[in-house]
Amino acid sequence: MEAIVNLSYLIAVTLLIVGLRRLSSPATARSGNLLAAVGMGLAIVATILSPIESGGNNYTVITVAMVTGTIIGLIMASKVQMTAMPELVSLFNGLGGACAVSISLIELYNYQKLMASGSADIGVSMGTHLTTLLAMFVGAVAFTGSLIAYGKLAGKIRDVYIPFTGVLNIALLVLIIGLTVYRVFSPDATFTLPLMILIVSLIYGITFVQPIGGADMPVVISLLNAFTGVAAALAGIVYGNQPMIIGGILVGSSGTILTILMCKAMNRSLLNVVIGGFGSVAAAKADGGDKTIVEATANDVAILMRYASQVMIVPGYGMAVAQAQKACKELDNILSEHGVSVNYAIHPVAGRMPGHMNVLLAEADVPYPKLLDLEEANDLLKETDITLVVGANDVVNPAALDDPSSPIYGMPILEILQSKAVVVLKRSMNTGYSGIENPLFFHEKTKMLFGDAKKSIQSLIEEVKSLG
Amino acid sequence: MEAILSFIEQNPITLYMLLMATYLGFELISKVPTVLHTPLMSGANAISGIVTIGAILLVRQSAPDDYLSLGLGFVGIVLGMINVVGGHAVTNRMLDMFRKK
Repeated sequence: MEAIVNLSYLIAVTLLIVGLRRLSSPATARSGNLLAAVGMGLAIVATILSPIESGGNNYTVITVAMVTGTIIGLIMASKVQMTAMPELVSLFNGLGGACAVSISLIELYNYQKLMASGSADIGVSMGTHLTTLLAMFVGAVAFTGSLIAYGKLAGKIRDVYIPFTGVLNIALLVLIIGLTVYRVFSPDATFTLPLMILIVSLIYGITFVQPIGGADMPVVISLLNAFTGVAAALAGIVYGNQPMIIGGILVGSSGTILTILMCKAMNRSLLNVVIGGFGSVAAAKADGGDKTIVEATANDVAILMRYASQVMIVPGYGMAVAQAQKACKELDNILSEHGVSVNYAIHPVAGRMPGHMNVLLAEADVPYPKLLDLEEANDLLKETDITLVVGANDVVNPAALDDPSSPIYGMPILEILQSKAVVVLKRSMNTGYSGIENPLFFHEKTKMLFGDAKKSIQSLIEEVKSLG
Repeated sequence: MEAILSFIEQNPITLYMLLMATYLGFELISKVPTVLHTPLMSGANAISGIVTIGAILLVRQSAPDDYLSLGLGFVGIVLGMINVVGGHAVTNRMLDMFRKK
């Protein structure tokens, strides 16, 4: 039996690695996800059948729990709106962290009982004890941190600026390290200390994510995802379980790389993001001056687009909120019929998650080659006649290029002012998610078309049609 | 310090495994088009649900009357399974949209 279990684990780990590899290429991504899911299922079945030294198996408890979790997971995954995906991923991630917390808590408690009965071999167990404490800490931070990220993305938790969070966070971290070291070297018979470490870790997860806001949220989710992976790997070391160790570490390291890639896309360091304050610090306001905006009508814009040769659509979170992706595609179709070349400029952090816009546009059947990344888009923008900004804001803010006082100064943006004309579809004159004023709206090349993005695009479609 | 050294001495293969898996993770992801960042993050999130295995082992190793372990283990399995099943399902939903129709 043991040999079969080990063989299954080996196959499962292979499937996870191949699955992750295939997930990173568009043509193979679906099969990658399925392979990883099969690998996961195989690892779970093997775990259920693996021989154990002691214990009551408790298969009823396991079955009921697995069925419950599976049903809830399937319902949540099938009911979620595509716009709400980022927060769902964050929520799922938090639950994984909570799972790591619950098992390490029990392991610590059992260790405690062994110690009280004097049967724990301290020399051997110290490393395991430390690993378990670390798994609990990392899992707890991933748990509460992901819940805060979920709340922020779902609009349930507001960005509130709390003074001295930087100092508070460092103090909490020092406290956790201190308590953990003390606990490992002088384990006593009370369970108070591990519980204290847990509580401080849970608080740290909250204060770690709370000051981070604005455009940095995707980075935080990716980072917390890496944390859950590390927690799983640490728990895997405690159990000596290879699939947990390898699966966890794979997520830990790939999540870290993904986080760094996202930071690079915004030209910021990870440390800078973690210290936070991006969305919470009062926005740098451009000073007075005469700032006029030019409003356009759907008819004006339709004429511009109909007789253009190159049109660029720049989607942002506003497109997701208004569910305007299908309307975009329809406008694209009509313009293409008239020989207009239509492309989409996708900023790496447009929306609330990298790739968010790609997913939504793919949902609307926009062909993959039409989605241009930052560099391709900036090249093509020089030859573009009209750029249509659909609910994007910070990623097209020219202050990032020329205003050193702007919080986003230095972030690479879509340089849409390179194109001949810019039309911004916007609900109102409010600032973007990061709360920074956008000089783009006051630029002489820019015209504003106010209203719900979907309705605005639909009226553009009508106007283009009426032009014949 | 002694404890750490003895831990290293007792788990050399585990540590090498950690090292290689870390490197593998870096390499696997280093060339990913932006279009796949969200599905990839979601898929990786589902894989991190492998922690469920720990909860299953915990419940199996518990005595049938150890209600604390069974209770927290139960919660752990439920949460972990939501992470695994929900994570893979939502990733699949995202990737379905890339399919040529």
